[in-house]
Amino acid sequence: MKIPVYDVAIIGAGCVGASIARRLSAYQVDVALLEKCVDVGFGVSKANSGIIHAGFHHPVTSLKARLEIRGNLMFDQLHHELNFPFKRVGILVVAFSYEQMKAVEQLYEQGVRNGVPLIEVCGRDRLLLLEPKLNPDVVGGLYAPTGGIIEPYRYVFALVESAMRNGVALHTDFQVAKADCKRGMYTLRSTQGDAVRARYIVNAAGLYADEVSRLLGAESFTITPRKGEEFLLERSAAGFPNHVIFPAPGRHTKGMLVIPTVEGTMMIGPTAEEIEDKEDRETTADNLDKVFASAMHMVPVISRREIITSFAGLRPVMEGNDFFIDVSAEAPHVIQAAGIQSPGLTASPAIGEYVKDLLKRNGLTLTEKTHFDPSIPATPKVRELTPEALAGLVREDPRYGHIVCRCEAVSEAEVVEAIRKGHATLDGIKFYTRAGMGRCQGGFCSYRVLKILARETGLPIEAITKRGDGSRIVIGRIGARTQE
Amino acid sequence: MEERAYDAAVIGAGAAGMAAALRIAAAGCRVALIDREDHLGGILLQCIHNGFGLHRFNEELTGPEFAERFSGQLVDSDRIDVLLNTTVLEMQSEGPTKSLLVCGPDCGVLKLTARAVVLAMGCRERNRGNLGIPGTRPAGIFTAGLAQRLVNIEGYIPGKRVVIVGSGDIGLIMARRMRWVGAEVLAVVEILPHPSGITRNIVQCLNDFNIPLYLSHIVSRIVGRDRVEAVEITPLEAGRPDPDKTFRLDCDTILLSVGLIPENELSKAAGVQLDADTGGPRVDARLMTSIDGVFACGNVLHVHDLVDWASAEATRCGDYVVAYLRDGVSARPQGRVLPGANVKYVVPHRYLPDAENQFSLRALIVKDIGTITVKRDGKLVKRRTLRHIRPAEMIHVKVRPADVPVVEGADPEPLEIAIE
Repeated sequence: MKIPVYDVAIIGAGCVGASIARRLSAYQVDVALLEKCVDVGFGVSKANSGIIHAGFHHPVTSLKARLEIRGNLMFDQLHHELNFPFKRVGILVVAFSYEQMKAVEQLYEQGVRNGVPLIEVCGRDRLLLLEPKLNPDVVGGLYAPTGGIIEPYRYVFALVESAMRNGVALHTDFQVAKADCKRGMYTLRSTQGDAVRARYIVNAAGLYADEVSRLLGAESFTITPRKGEEFLLERSAAGFPNHVIFPAPGRHTKGMLVIPTVEGTMMIGPTAEEIEDKEDRETTADNLDKVFASAMHMVPVISRREIITSFAGLRPVMEGNDFFIDVSAEAPHVIQAAGIQSPGLTASPAIGEYVKDLLKRNGLTLTEKTHFDPSIPATPKVRELTPEALAGLVREDPRYGHIVCRCEAVSEAEVVEAIRKGHATLDGIKFYTRAGMGRCQGGFCSYRVLKILARETGLPIEAITKRGDGSRIVIGRIGARTQE
Repeated sequence: MEERAYDAAVIGAGAAGMAAALRIAAAGCRVALIDREDHLGGILLQCIHNGFGLHRFNEELTGPEFAERFSGQLVDSDRIDVLLNTTVLEMQSEGPTKSLLVCGPDCGVLKLTARAVVLAMGCRERNRGNLGIPGTRPAGIFTAGLAQRLVNIEGYIPGKRVVIVGSGDIGLIMARRMRWVGAEVLAVVEILPHPSGITRNIVQCLNDFNIPLYLSHIVSRIVGRDRVEAVEITPLEAGRPDPDKTFRLDCDTILLSVGLIPENELSKAAGVQLDADTGGPRVDARLMTSIDGVFACGNVLHVHDLVDWASAEATRCGDYVVAYLRDGVSARPQGRVLPGANVKYVVPHRYLPDAENQFSLRALIVKDIGTITVKRDGKLVKRRTLRHIRPAEMIHVKVRPADVPVVEGADPEPLEIAIE
């Protein structure tokens, strides 16, 4: 079989790789986006907290802070073009002692130096006015109205969809196993037996950026996973806050937060724990206790009874305390985008732009396309429609009237749309449509989604997975010989 | 938008909704019966085991057979419009008229108006997230009801080596069912020192198949990256997990049978007041909620252990709806009903001194022989000896006018029902 040839191959379709791909899709270059998982955003990005940081956490001398501040400013336009859920709800940092208040004041000063718009220090009364559910023992805090929240996986899905509409080729189930470079042309081979060729390689492989860098013959570094456990609470939870609430900062992390999600659920967490295994996404009882204790200290009405699920994400942490985004000094035509931990999501649009510039400086010719289409078509969501609008839609397509997921009001038409866009696993559909993400966690809708998946893909239900190989839902049929 | 008017709208066509709709229609009223599924009978259709109908029909039926006793009549009734594949998106109460916004692939988006609404949405299953069971999140974790649906209706086998968390009735039924499809059932793990399911199911589904039941044990960890590979089980000593005694069972499937939650999102959004102990609406002696003309029965009101009781409650509810449609809200005074010692809850939350009152209650204790007492103003008005008291087994108590003589002119004093 002929191996497809591209100008640029981006390894990793998380928020960083997807942003780079989408940015490059505005130019006359052939781009491949390679993802080791069955779907995009299924690595680090899927479990991101979804905070768009305001830009006061890191000193402006760092690349991190520069890209964070620039990235924050880019989200309004991206939201307008790509319709992913995004709200500038604002960020609060709350202090419960005068010592903590000092740390908050330092953040404020850093924020002012960084040019964070509208940032302010609040006294107790103003904080309680902004966030009435806060523990009244609060002393004061910081308010950054430009901070916001997004649905990180839907942001990645939208970026990839936009990139693909503009010609980027997506290869999922492509885990790079081998890389050779001959006469300026790289050949990348996957463990699954596929191959692509490209003149430029971007390493956006998240947790595995160290291994990919080694395969490319580029810099040697180590990515250490830092695990964060989070808990999702149901819609209309008693503790649902108006803003993202941070505690006063600790030494290494931004602390455990209380987060309103754009879709009306809420999250608390994450923890921060250095681990070794890059696939260890276990949650533990101790951390559940820890997260709830921290969250309930800030917002006392938060209740354990409202948990609908828990999950763990892994931040790709690198030595040094900054992003490593640069032209490789060791391998030709390789751009590194590694160590992208917090605030990587916020910075991601700016990283796309930055990597585009690095490629250009490294000799890639970038001519703008005349027909670049920055937007993707908005698709209707039953839960967002007025009754009249829904009535009109059901008349055109009755599948909008068939509610598959009761908790999140997701219709059959939305599930079919997800499948047609390539999200053909239970998790893919869940993260694209929200079917199964609500309070019953798929208890009622899983079998319906399975049946629609089987019908649309032609696969037997036994072949359908939760999130790719090895995660089949059922093992066989009654009456048939069960498969191993 | 198209509007249709009815005397009563019943939300949910499971055991409760069907019984209520039939009773209301039998009195000559026009009824809309709405269900999200494409069939009548709700969860009954996936309950292909027997044991239904012993109280209501004096016969032992399977779930689908029990459902058929109602569904045939429903389809034949010209006073009942059955709307299947139809979801109620919103309920509003505008004075005496309630309106429901519904949608479905067949009916489109409709506004149904009715003078009375019966909430009969049943319940949902508690899941792994609600419990916060530690570990990974692989494929192979199912609520017992979902597994039952996959096996009995869709015809699929969820896995081969099964551990069941919780000893609720559906879990016990599924333990036996999984054995019958050729799977190994390694354990049923129950956090409490006593089973959550009824004794009949412990005997017929576990003991008869030598399936071990671990009481006072928890699943302390789920292992497996893509598909479940094992669970770790830890015994409780004096209520605290004893990690030194943790053991591991290799399995590929976990079924959760850890309780049911009345599905009241629609009620809540409409402003119906809920009870923290039942998870269902607070209802008066006629099963009417805090909104006049909105009634509740079956598992949406409180979780029953036998469908016969849910069905009987719904039939009574049907009578109350008919009386309401005829006379409006009754002016007859009602007294409060309070759970006393060792009682988790009593439903309904009010009583009528001049009528027969049928109460359902749940014990908080395990006791082989005890006494149910009903007191009014501290004075004993009724007592009954009761054997085999278990939190899993619902207790029924009747209080008749003879038990609580009416004091003219005075508001009825609260009744307190206790187990001693």
